[in-house]
Amino acid sequence: MPPVLKIILQRLALGLLTLFIVSIVIFTAVNMLPGDFAQAILGQSATPEAIAAIRRDLGLDQPPVTRYFVWLGDMLQGNLGVSYAQLNFQSNMGGANLKTVADQIAPRFGNTMFLAGVTAAIAVPFAVTLGVLAALYRNSVFDKAVNISTLTSISSPEFFLAYILILFLAVLNPILPAISNVYQGIAFQDRLMATLLPALTLTLVVTAHMMRMTRAAIINLLASPYIEMARLKGVSPLRVIVKHALPNALAPIINVVALNLAYLITGVVVVEVVFVYPGIGQLFVDAVKNRDIPVVQACCLIFAGAYILLNLAADVLSILTNPRLRHPK
Amino acid sequence: MTNPLVQMRGIRMDGRSDEAWSPIIKGVDLTLNRGEVLGLIGESGAGKSTLGLAAMGFTRDGVRISEGAVSFDGIDLLAASAEQKRQLLGKRIAYVAQSAAASFNPAHTLLDQHAEAPVQHGVMSRAEAEADGMELYRKLRLPNPDEIGFRYPHQVSGGQLQRAMTAMAMSCRPDLIIFDEPTTALDVTTQIEVLAAIRNIVEEFGTAAIYITHDLAVVAQMADRIKVLLKGEEVEEAETREMLSAPKQDYTKSLWAVREFQRPAKPAPAVDATPVISVQGITAAYGKMDVLHDVSFDIHAGRTVAVVGESGSGKSTTARCITGLLPPRLGRIELDGAELPLDYRKRSKDQLRQVQMIYQMADTALNPRQSIGDIIARPVEFYMGLKGRAKRDRVADLLEQIELPADQYYDRLPSELSGGQKQRVGIARALAAEPKFIICDEVTSALDQLVAEGILRLLARLQDELGLSYMFITHDLATVKSIADEVVVMKDGAVVEQGPKADMFRPPHHPYTDLLLSSVPEMDPDWLSDLLRERGADNVGDAATARMD
Repeated sequence: MPPVLKIILQRLALGLLTLFIVSIVIFTAVNMLPGDFAQAILGQSATPEAIAAIRRDLGLDQPPVTRYFVWLGDMLQGNLGVSYAQLNFQSNMGGANLKTVADQIAPRFGNTMFLAGVTAAIAVPFAVTLGVLAALYRNSVFDKAVNISTLTSISSPEFFLAYILILFLAVLNPILPAISNVYQGIAFQDRLMATLLPALTLTLVVTAHMMRMTRAAIINLLASPYIEMARLKGVSPLRVIVKHALPNALAPIINVVALNLAYLITGVVVVEVVFVYPGIGQLFVDAVKNRDIPVVQACCLIFAGAYILLNLAADVLSILTNPRLRHPK
Repeated sequence: MTNPLVQMRGIRMDGRSDEAWSPIIKGVDLTLNRGEVLGLIGESGAGKSTLGLAAMGFTRDGVRISEGAVSFDGIDLLAASAEQKRQLLGKRIAYVAQSAAASFNPAHTLLDQHAEAPVQHGVMSRAEAEADGMELYRKLRLPNPDEIGFRYPHQVSGGQLQRAMTAMAMSCRPDLIIFDEPTTALDVTTQIEVLAAIRNIVEEFGTAAIYITHDLAVVAQMADRIKVLLKGEEVEEAETREMLSAPKQDYTKSLWAVREFQRPAKPAPAVDATPVISVQGITAAYGKMDVLHDVSFDIHAGRTVAVVGESGSGKSTTARCITGLLPPRLGRIELDGAELPLDYRKRSKDQLRQVQMIYQMADTALNPRQSIGDIIARPVEFYMGLKGRAKRDRVADLLEQIELPADQYYDRLPSELSGGQKQRVGIARALAAEPKFIICDEVTSALDQLVAEGILRLLARLQDELGLSYMFITHDLATVKSIADEVVVMKDGAVVEQGPKADMFRPPHHPYTDLLLSSVPEMDPDWLSDLLRERGADNVGDAATARMD
């Protein structure tokens, strides 16, 4: 078996184990929160009988271990379950059209991936180019300006950046919509326009990290003998950086890019709220508030899965950039 | 032909350390004519590389040329813009670095890097440059010249990489090549083929060269003229033959004298004496691959056994087996006739104490955050149980033994010591355990000749005073000649020959020993030519080694 394939399979197996542990941790954590779905939905003035009735309906009167394994059993058969809110609504109001968790999450997840994709398409090339230029003109005014501005943007709260962008790009110069009105069946172009402002906000958040790693990884290599050799061959400064330093600096850069992409999938609730963007973050926060365990679990597994897959992809790419592993002796 | 190719006048250079500039080249003149090879020789820190790079108009970070003039073919390199210099570098002036393994970019193939300079400078098209590269590889006698260029640097051996780098320097047919210690990192047998290749190609294209090295015997083969540097100043300069036969300055004479240090022979040990260390048929593996095959030898009290061989021959692995760091798969190790557990974790404190080690790189073997006193006090406390006043006194004694006055050195950090002094501290640390047996792993190979000789003399004196036994790992046969009582020759993880030193240096030898011995450069400027003629064209380096298998 090729070594790369072996590593991938090992990591995937480890990933599955991680998902399992994550599901236990989340289930335990949500159960340790005060109150449960019945209390959350009925509020403080609820009668004990009403609460007990809802608990019985949803199976919440079962011990937690039983509930976990029932959920796990369903999960393994590909059934993410039905949210408590949906079940409760149905048992009170009747009606057969039950939306499963999968039905609820699918469009939201699609939106989140679209936002992450647009952001990555802008931020990654932007950050790497800035990093290369900063390394090329290191310690110059340009380098300092880039460092200061990216550090400022990463240090500012996301909502603040979002409102600044709204002020300039939606209020003073109405180029882009201030609210991301994304609906089912929206045309690609409209969807892109609606996503652009949140994507720009997120770009400002993730650029600094990637740009600084690119710069540092390249500068770290500039003292290498092969870089001196390239200079002594009369290679131009830009070519020294792009052709001789960058290929050897890719592994750390790829890892930072992967971490930031994972953040774009899992950590953008604030930006979603500011732009009213219908992503998965908002759904997740509501589910936690309502102790709606099936939805919380599904979201967490998706988040954990995103981290695992992106890190795996980063590891594989790092290996592929290493000629020693690509071309064994 | 009247104008010299390179002319350097009154060069002064400074290096920056701790925010202050201090002089490293103190007024040196250098003239190089077309087609001429100038040898630049001196100890480390003499400023050879700095001066060589300055001849290209290049300075490393933290170095500056404060005074003087450098002209290349009438072009003032110090006044030239970065862009003008860039047009000369690679095209008319090329550089061959000490470590080819580090100076080739690991991310690109050899031919990719070879073609870069001619294509970037617009001398040749990519296809022409590649075809020319293969032609040069052929001239430099690289194996598979048509294919080797498509390999990555890690797929090619050190000696081959060094020749590929010479080919790369030749790619634009420059007027001048700076060779910066190109064979220092190579084994003696490999060194010969690289020297021969460099010399042939420089002659063929009539390229002028500055050949930087610390090895006199090597420079004697390569250079028309030799310039000796000491601490940034010129000591003397003369034609090679004249320099070798009649050096004028005391310093130059002292460089020659190093090779004459030799210990008087000791009487052979009694036939029934129990050896201090007896290695019996050890076979050891890294992972699943055996790297040592049935290695056996004895080391008697008060004697030095030199273990010689090329890199990869299993010398250091044998040392790791004896120390118990790498438990051998088969075989037995005895200390004073009693079996030693193979794994160091199973050895008693006293057994551990008896076997000590001194390392090649004193820099990395000493904790940079601990004072010299603390470094030596550690084994004094650990093995001898001394504390407080007694410990301090013992450390002071040890410092006296290695000729570093305790009052000056006790509280210093390793970074404040020179390379030779650091190595002495390493010796004191080994002595602190009061061992019977010390493994010296290439302890002098990172040091300059004069400093190395001091270390060898110290080790010899300590042996006489304390009755120590040494296992002396080295690839340098001159060191073997000066210090060993017995010699073990290793190749590919096995012992090919062993015996008293006198026998080893007297024919008949095992063919591999013969190859090793004859590959050691000698001061005679005709040595390389004679040797190549003797061995015949097909019998150099690789080919000779291969024939042996």
